[in-house]
This record gives sequence, C-alpha cells and structure tokens, in this order.
Amino acid sequence: MEVIGKSVIRKDAAEKVTGRAKYTHDYQTGRILSCKMVISPYGHAKIISIDTSNAQKVPGVRAIIAGKHYPLTGEAIRDRPPIAVEKVRYHGEPVALVVADTPGQAKTAADLIKVQYELLPVVNSPTQAFQKGAPLVHEHLGEYKKEEDSHPVPGTNIATLYKIRKGQMDKGWAESETVVEASFSFAPSDHAAMETRCATAEIKPDGTIIIMTSSQAPFMVKRLIADYFGEDMGKIIVHTPLVGGAFGGKASVQLEVLAYLASKAVGGEPVKLLNSREEDIITSPCHIGLDATVKFGADRNGRIRAAEIRYLWDGGAYSDKAVDVTRSGAVDCTGPYDIENLWCDSYCMYTNHPYASPFRGFSHSELSFAIERTMDLLAQKLNMDPLELRYINAIKPGDTTPTRVKLNKSNVGNLRKCIDKLKELFNWDEGIIKEVNKRYVRVKGVSCSWKTSTIDSDAPSGVILTFNRDGSINLMSGVVEIGTGTKTVLAQILAERLKMDVDNIHVRMEVDTQTTPEHWKTVASRGTFMGGRAVLRAAEDVIQQLKEVAACVLKAPKDDLEIADSRVFLRDDPSIGLHFKDIGYGYKYPNGETIGQQIIGRGSYILRHLTHLDPETGAGKPGPEWTVAAYGVEIEFDKRDYTYRLIKACTVVDIGNVMNEKAALGQVMGAMSMGLAFAGRETFYFDELGRVLNPQLRTYRPLRYGENPQYVVGFVETPQLDGPYGARGVGEHGLMGMPGALGNALSNAAGVSLHHLPLIPELVWRAKEAAKNASI
Amino acid sequence: MASKTITLHVNGEVRTITVRASDTLLFALRGKLGLTGPKPGCLNGDCGACTINVDGWPMKSCLMLAVEAVGKEVVTIEGLHDTPIQRAFVEEFAFQCGYCTPGFIMNCHSLLKQHPDADDRIIKEWLESNICRCTSYIEIEKAVKSVLRKEEPGG
Ligand code: FES
Ligand code: FES
Repeated sequence: MEVIGKSVIRKDAAEKVTGRAKYTHDYQTGRILSCKMVISPYGHAKIISIDTSNAQKVPGVRAIIAGKHYPLTGEAIRDRPPIAVEKVRYHGEPVALVVADTPGQAKTAADLIKVQYELLPVVNSPTQAFQKGAPLVHEHLGEYKKEEDSHPVPGTNIATLYKIRKGQMDKGWAESETVVEASFSFAPSDHAAMETRCATAEIKPDGTIIIMTSSQAPFMVKRLIADYFGEDMGKIIVHTPLVGGAFGGKASVQLEVLAYLASKAVGGEPVKLLNSREEDIITSPCHIGLDATVKFGADRNGRIRAAEIRYLWDGGAYSDKAVDVTRSGAVDCTGPYDIENLWCDSYCMYTNHPYASPFRGFSHSELSFAIERTMDLLAQKLNMDPLELRYINAIKPGDTTPTRVKLNKSNVGNLRKCIDKLKELFNWDEGIIKEVNKRYVRVKGVSCSWKTSTIDSDAPSGVILTFNRDGSINLMSGVVEIGTGTKTVLAQILAERLKMDVDNIHVRMEVDTQTTPEHWKTVASRGTFMGGRAVLRAAEDVIQQLKEVAACVLKAPKDDLEIADSRVFLRDDPSIGLHFKDIGYGYKYPNGETIGQQIIGRGSYILRHLTHLDPETGAGKPGPEWTVAAYGVEIEFDKRDYTYRLIKACTVVDIGNVMNEKAALGQVMGAMSMGLAFAGRETFYFDELGRVLNPQLRTYRPLRYGENPQYVVGFVETPQLDGPYGARGVGEHGLMGMPGALGNALSNAAGVSLHHLPLIPELVWRAKEAAKNASI
Repeated sequence: MASKTITLHVNGEVRTITVRASDTLLFALRGKLGLTGPKPGCLNGDCGACTINVDGWPMKSCLMLAVEAVGKEVVTIEGLHDTPIQRAFVEEFAFQCGYCTPGFIMNCHSLLKQHPDADDRIIKEWLESNICRCTSYIEIEKAVKSVLRKEEPGG
C-alpha cells in the first residue's frame, strides 16, 4: 500500500503550530453578548428564593433567566431542567443565567444574584443510592418522557437496569472449584480537555438558529434542540470548528441549550457562553464513577466456569448518556474472556454528583479495573501466572459474547497474540517483582481488555467529494476533528483508493450541519471505520463518473480504464489518458462542445445487523466488532512511604491495520497517559454536602511532562474484513487497561489487595493498616 | 472601571489599545488585538495554554495584567514563523487537538533560546508548567530534543 500505514503529516498541522487554528471561543466576529451562569453551591438542596434585583442594576445587563420552567432535557430519559427549578441535584448545576454586554458585566451581575437554599439529604454514592429508604434524587421518576428501552423505577434511584443472563449458573458454580469475590469502587472524575466547552447561539429574524459549539455531536445538537423546543430542524445550523480535546465529554448536549435560551431571552442576539475551568469540571458532564461486585468461579485448570457481576454506575443527578454507558457496561461486562455461565446486573443509579457523559472507553476502562483486579485475585488463589490465566480464558473466534454474538475471525481481534507479544515487549519472563535495594522494588502488573462500540443501530456516516479545477479533491465528512487526526486518515483512505497523492486531497476540518453530510457523533472510535467506509463508497462513485466521461473521450470501454496519479488512462497504455482537471467539470472539446458534468462523489455508511437487547437476557447484537488488547505497567515502589514512580507502560492492541503509524502511536500513548492519570490520581473529592472539593487543575491533576513513564506500544494486525483496509477502532484502547494493570502492579508491590481508585499512597497505607488490624 | 490607553510591543509591531486596569494580558491579546493563538485553559496559571514570551522568557499571559506589559517585548505564537521547534512539532506529531500547542511551543521556544544545551532536568523543570491532555509528552520531548541536537551539532 502506498499511503495507508505511512505517517502522513496531519492536514491540520500547519495551522495548529502557528496559532491560526481556530476553536469555538476564538471566533469573535462582530458584536456578541456574554452569558454567565450562576451555579449551585450544594449537592442537593431546595431552592427557596432567587433574588435578582441587585444584579438587574448592573450596567450592561440585558437579561436574567432564573426559576423558569422549560421543557425537560436528556437523552434516554428526559429528566433534566436546563436551568434548575425548585431544587438543585448536584454541585455546579446551573441555577440562573445572566446575559450582558461584556464578560465582566455578566460576571459582576451573576455574583450579585442571591439564591436561598434549604439543604436536603445527599446521595453520595451509587451504593447508598441503591439502599432501601435512600433519599430520592428524582421524586417524579415515573412521569418523565423516556426512550423505550430505559426502565426507571419510580420510588427508587434506579434510572435503568440492564440484565445479562447466559448459560446455567448452578451448573457453572458446580463446576467451579475455586471461587473469588471482591468489590471495587471509585468516584466520578473529569475529562479535563484543555479547551473548556463553549457555545454561541443566535436566532435570526427569519427564525434560523445558528449555533457554534465545541462538540463531538453537532448533528445531535440540531436534533435535540429541534425536539426539545419544537423548532424546525432545517432552520437549525450547528457549526463545529476544531475541538480542543473531547474524550467523550463533548458528546453530551448541554451548553448549546443554555446558549440558545440565552439568545432567545435577548431577542435572538448572538450570545456566547464559555465554561470557566471550574464550571467545565463540575457543571458540565463528568467521567462516571462505579461501585462493582465481581464473583468468578474457575475449575482446576483455571477455566472460568461462572461469573456473577453487579455494576452500580454513578450516573449522577441526571441520566443523560449514563444510561448508554450502563448498557455498554453490561454488553462487555466480563472483559475479554469466554465465560459460558453468566449473570450480570448493570444499574444506572441517580446520585447527587455531577452527571456523567461518555468517557474515552465508554464504561470499559471502569469495568475493566474491577474485572482485571478480580482476575489477579483468581490467579493468586489458583497459584497461576496471571497472564497464563488470561491466556487460557481469552475470548476467540467461535466463542459468544455476553449478549450471545457469535465471534469470528473478523469481528474479534486476536487476544492470545496480543498476550504473547506483551510477554515479549514487557519482559514478562524476568518475573513480577525485582528488588532494587532494601527500600525500592520494581513491580509489574498486567491486564487485558476488549471493546465493541455500542452506537445507535441506525447511526449514519456520510462523505461528499468535489473537484477543484486543478484536479485536486475536496473531502467533506461530518467527523469532527477532536484531535485524533481522523480527517487525515480519511484523506489517506481516499488517496489509497484513487492511487493519488494525498497532498492533492483537501480536507474540510470544520463541520456545519447544513452542508456537511451527517456523521452521527464523533465517538466510540468510529470515525475511521464508518467515515472510512463512506469515503470508499464516495471514491467508487467518483471513479465511475470519471471513467464514464473518459470512456467517451478516449473511445474505450470503461472496463479498460484505470485510475492513478490523478489520471484516468488506458490499462495497456498509460500514456493515453486524461488528467482529473480535464474531466472533473466535464470534458471540453477544442470546438467548445462539452460532455459530462461537474463530478460530485457521494458515499454513506450504516453499520449492519445491529439490534436492541432482549430486556430479560440481554441477547442481541450491540456493536460491529471487538478490538482486544493486553497491557502491562511497571512501577518502582517505595516500601517505606508507599509512594511509587511509573517506570514503563505497555500496550499491545490488535489494530486490524495501521493506517497512519505516528498518529496511531499518538492515539495509543495519549490514551495510556490519560488512563494512568485516571488510575493513579484523578478523582473528585466530595464532602458530605456533595460538593466537589477539587474543581481546579491544581487540585485535580492530570499527568504533567516528566511524570510519564516510558511507553511501549505493540500492534497486532488481524484485519477486520468490514473495516476500511482492515482497520479496527483504536482511539480508546490504550486507556482501558491502565487502571487494571496499575492496580495489579501496586497490589503486587504492596502485598495487599487494592480495590479503589485513584491508586494513591494513602490508599495503600489504609489497606495495609486494615490488613494489620485484621490480623491482630 | 477606569480605562486606559496603552502602547504595547507585540510580535514586532507597536499597537495602541484601550484596556481596563484589571484586564489580563491574555484578555487584551485575544480580545483587543485578535491574537487568539494564546488560549484560555484555566485563567489561574495552572495549565500554560496561554503562554507567550515576554522579553524572551515564557509568561502565562493570564497571570499578567495588560498594563504590566508596557515597555516589554511581547511575542505570541503568531510571532513565530517556521521556527525549528514548530517544524519539529509537525514532524513528531507533538500535537493532537492543538489547543495546548501554542503555549507549549512558546515555552519550548524560549527554553531553546535560554538553554540551547538543556538537559532532561531543565527540560522537565520548564515544560511541567504546561498541560497536554492529548499526547503522551514523549512526542513533545522528541520535538524539543530534535531541535537541541540541531542547534548544537557538536553536542
Ligand atoms: S490559562 Fe493561563 S495558565 Fe491556564
Ligand atoms: S494536543 Fe490536545 S491538549 Fe495537547
């Protein structure tokens, strides 16, 4: 292959290293009003009164919105007032909006709004939410509009439950000689994309609604705003320029709604709403938390015969995308292991925490911590090498998934190959623990993962190709450039198919929902797969049209023509042919007569055979393919104070086919970095009022330069036959195994079993003390 | 609040703007001069996305008032043209979403000027003030080191 696999320089490179790249907040043409939120200072409280009289007096204030009932919003369940009414359900929830001429005026006025609250008992974890008699986050759960397959239980905090029932549990347990059971938990955390979310809205006199937003789902913004507020869908135009990191956090629709309401309140004038970092962390949706209980039974050979799993997801105050995360957690609940007898309950719970949006990995990095720690406990009890245990239970073609999808050589990657390669790259044979000196030890931990992408069964992706007069091609796709370089990969796919120079393909980076064909959402590592398939179809369309004109001019049947280097030519004599520039807009004979027409290529793609899940057993086909991976993390542990340093992190992923090597490495290593930060340090600290105590980047700390370990990445390439050039989704997979592998390494190092995230020295100390006290 | 007219030296040009005393340099650069290369990421010094150079040293422009920049030489990412560090960022894929990139490049640019022979410790000391959420930092490390080597052919 000519272009696929090469580290083609990204199409957005030049503008990004010169400061010319523009993000939503960078557009400031003409006059635009500023919007500022007033947010809830408590996790759960009744709103007694809102006094805006002093705020009204601030010069420049144009409108204040508070205490108004708007249609409820939300995805699977419509449970969220865009601006809180009657009560607040999480710390950070929008309570009022101020629109003013300048950001300074809006802020001054917002600070002068006095809200009186009466505290309500707080639901501070999903386990607490699950208990009988727990305070209710939503008193009228039965009255909300909802999608068919969500099942909120009125009178409880259960937003929905997904069940997996497979095989026969009594048989499974009877065959199990060794049984382990353990519980795990961690609080919500944040995506912390460097660009905070921002949205602008304007309503033109003719009713056209123009929104610009840093979103992964501009097409969803359009659909939802039309749906929530009864607006004409065709009159809503959503623009999304480059997005400064997203990681799932920008797949939810929130600020766009607020900006729209703010603009409406000032007669449709343009209004901008930009999250402060603090608001971005708590007000906008966060990374989900989880309480999990896992029970595995294995026979004497180490084959897992039975599994019983319960996930309580911390959906937070509103269900939004947490319902889908919960579903995805059920679908791949076992991790990448073949388990015949399986029982799993995956609950989406309401709590008084910031609500959750997707997070890179969509439930998999979270559940994988619980599963992979349990795997290590099982290996210990069986006295088996932890990688060996994973190897013999590894999922493979011929097995069925928890939702009973039959796997084949194409729809699942080769996990055993990944494990073998990991052993090699991670020097597994040199042993788990290596003494450095009396004080320090170097210790390894491993894990595995799998993931399918549970997206809507009718999610579309479309591509349009047009020609320039010089024969170069413009590529338009609804995929948002959130940093992954997907649009460059799409250009590579087109270049490969047309055998042309990728420099002659121009990619439109921005998306606008009026002229860009829809790509459902830029999530779930689907950009390359679905966008790529659409590109291939569009290429086919263009090829046919080019050949048609060329056949006429060259007086040769279409079948005898070939395409390469921006030319259509005779197969047996490439010197006879036509350049794209001579036929892209029809062919003009010397006498002026023209045949053919402007060539516009179109291609679109929808995943096939996806179905809903059976409500009682979970049976159904939730996603197209499973990417698998194996991981290792090595740390240097200080036995004296329980601190540790990251030495090496390793991921081997079955990527199907490497499309752009440096971009792929960047995706995997960047994801590992994020996974290590999630595992090792990132969490929300809540007080008893449900307040997040660390909503700043100095108290909520992503990895910084120099804190990173050495990264080792290995690729296995088992082509996925349906993927463009065999590619599999890979944007999330580097992350997913990090919590498990780090948890296993640190547990091995400390000699105690660790069950919570983040994996900080204090956690080790607590576990050590608990173990000591238990043995006294 | 009282406004004041000030003259700034930015990217080799002399620019006169009206600011409030409390306006940060970041706010003035973006809002008054249309230089949107420096990015807001936290507005309190935590992230480094707003980093520019002031008299050759990296400065977080959210931590400096516009009026404090009078009489100083301010360079933003827009003031760099085809420098070795920019080329290195492209070659090494040292950006993904690109949002942290202007700040990182300005920090690296100044680092390379002040310490053309920087060792690992110095590089870390300088670069740990910026956050990149997308890359693994290895790419950025490679980019910086590739320029170090080029500037010091003997070393
Ligand atoms: S915006 Fe200046 S350091 Fe974050
Ligand atoms: S490239 Fe996205 S934050 Fe650095």
